[in-house]
Amino acid sequence: MKFGVVVFPGSNCDHDTHHALGTVLKQPVEFIWHQSQQVNGFDAIILPGGFSYGDYLRTGAIARFSPVMRAVEKFARGGGLVLGVCNGFQMLLEAGLLPGAVLRNHGLRFICRHVHIRVENTETPFTCAATPGQILKIPIAHSDGSYFCDEATLADLERNGQIIFRYTTSDGRPDGRDDAAGNPNGAIANIAGISNREGNVAGLMPHPERAVEAALGSADGQVIFRSMIETLVRQVGVSA
Amino acid sequence: MKAHIWVMPKLTVLDPQGKTIHNALSSLGYKTVQSVRQGKFFVLELEGLTRAEAETQVGKISRDVLANLVIEDFRFEIIE
Repeated sequence: MKFGVVVFPGSNCDHDTHHALGTVLKQPVEFIWHQSQQVNGFDAIILPGGFSYGDYLRTGAIARFSPVMRAVEKFARGGGLVLGVCNGFQMLLEAGLLPGAVLRNHGLRFICRHVHIRVENTETPFTCAATPGQILKIPIAHSDGSYFCDEATLADLERNGQIIFRYTTSDGRPDGRDDAAGNPNGAIANIAGISNREGNVAGLMPHPERAVEAALGSADGQVIFRSMIETLVRQVGVSA
Repeated sequence: MKAHIWVMPKLTVLDPQGKTIHNALSSLGYKTVQSVRQGKFFVLELEGLTRAEAETQVGKISRDVLANLVIEDFRFEIIE
C-alpha cells in the first residue's frame, strides 16, 4: 500500500500530510511532483492544501490543468481513492471530479482556527473508521471555502449520501439544529466536505493532517486517514 | 485582434465582495447606488484567426478556463 502526496508550486500542507501518513500513521508515502505524467504504483492520492499557483484566476483553477492532474483524473475515474484537502478540494471541484464550487467566505476574512465537523456518512472510504455522527475537531485555514452548488445538485448530494462532513458546534446535535452556529464561512447546507457519487473521491475544507497528534490540539483528523488505510487494507489485502 | 471577456458571479450566487463595496459606497453617502457586483475583465491578444474562429476559440477558453460556470457567467467581444 502506498500513498502519494502531490506537490504543486504553492502547496504548503504537503509536508504535514506526509508527516501524518508516514511518521504518525506509519504508512508508505511519497511525494509526487506536479509535472509527473503518471501516478502508477500508488493506491491513494492526496491533493494537499496550500495556494497552488498563487490562487490566480480562481482557487485550484490553474493546478487543475497541471500534467499530474490528468493522471489523477484517470486514477479517480478508474476507482482510485483521491482525497483533496482545502486547496486540493478546490482543485477537485475545478476539475469536475466533485460537483459544485467554493466562494469567498461570507465574512470575507481568512479564517484560521479549529472548527467542529460532524461525520454524516460512515459508509465511505474516508469515514468508515468513524462512528455515525462523530464530531471531529479539525482546523480550517482559508479565504475561499464557502461551498456552493445549485439546488438540484444539493438535492442529489443529500439523496446519495455524498455530504460526508457538515460544520457544527462542539456539542452539535445530530438533528443539525446547532449547525448554523458552527458554520464558519457561509457554506450552503453547512457543507464542509463531500464525496463523488461513486464514493472514491472526496474533498473537504478542514485540514485533517493538521489534527493528527495531541500536541497539535487534536488528533481527530486521524480518523479520515485511518478510514482510507482500512479501505485499502480490505481492497489490496495488504496488512497495515 | 483582441478579445474582451467579462466574467461575473451569477445573479443566484451571493457576491460578498460586491456587497462589501456597496456598503462602503453607502457609508460614503452614495445613496443612489442600489447594488454592486464584482467581476473580472480579461483582454486577450489573438493572432492568425478569422473572426469566426476567434469567437469559437474565445468561447471555449471562457467556458473551460476563465469562468467557472457553476458560479459565474461570461460574455465577450472580439475587437478587430
